[in-house]
Amino acid sequence: MTLDSGAFTPWSATAGGIVIGVAAALLVLANGRVAGISGIVGGILSPRSGDVAWRIAFIAGLLAAPVVHSAVSVLPAITIDGTYPMMIVAGLVVGVGTRYGGGCTSGHGVCGLSRLSPRSLVATLSFIASGFATVYFLRHLAGS
Amino acid sequence: MAPVFAFVAGLTFGLGLIVAGMADPAKILAFLDIAGTWDPSLLFVMAGAIAVGLVAFAVARRRTSSVLGLPMQLPTARAIDTRLVGGSLLFGVGWGLAGFCPGPAIVALGAGYGKAGAFIVAMLMGMAAVDLIERKRVRSESETPDASGA
Repeated sequence: MTLDSGAFTPWSATAGGIVIGVAAALLVLANGRVAGISGIVGGILSPRSGDVAWRIAFIAGLLAAPVVHSAVSVLPAITIDGTYPMMIVAGLVVGVGTRYGGGCTSGHGVCGLSRLSPRSLVATLSFIASGFATVYFLRHLAGS
Repeated sequence: MAPVFAFVAGLTFGLGLIVAGMADPAKILAFLDIAGTWDPSLLFVMAGAIAVGLVAFAVARRRTSSVLGLPMQLPTARAIDTRLVGGSLLFGVGWGLAGFCPGPAIVALGAGYGKAGAFIVAMLMGMAAVDLIERKRVRSESETPDASGA
């Protein structure tokens, strides 16, 4: 393991993290809902009446973020190295996995850990572990 | 009013992801590549978000309704089972393949990246497939009371 000191951005990472925390705080204190993005999206697929508008509004906010950011300052680079077929496979796996696992990085990783939920801790350690394993396989075993 | 607050929350969340560098799959993959040139930034993002979240959820836990008067709907599931671990492991595989999880993918779609759109369409199909399978399973279980009573 080598630390990538050039790419490592502790200050902007912490600042961005605090902003994410504020967003989660706003959603739970104003709307009474947990900012778990896979759950917010998934809830639209099997809609219950009166439970759809806030979900669409939250997702619209996420979509608007890069537009608003660009209006104020240059959008940081977004580099997607994976191919289209890779995106489709990854998307399917993420959809199935988050539905069975009951959450993703935001729901389990941010909100669940903030609630001190043992369930979310297990989920978070699980997806980070398999994420490590997947990238290790792709970059150091399969690719070399 | 509720959708307005939800929109602002989503917008703020997305801006946080962008500022943190988390909308960039290359940066996520640099975190997941512990055997390469490791970028631990994601841990600082989590720490910053959780520092605020701890306070917010401690307040939320003590309330039965939100500031807008909506019911406080905190997760009630506590089970740590195969479904949780298996699903989460699977999610991590997809995360490692693309460098995308749901939030950043939606932000990248908003920035106009077609690959993020492909990821999201596939993700929705994966979610819908699980919903379909689960609905079928629940229905077939309720149709055979003998099996469920055993």
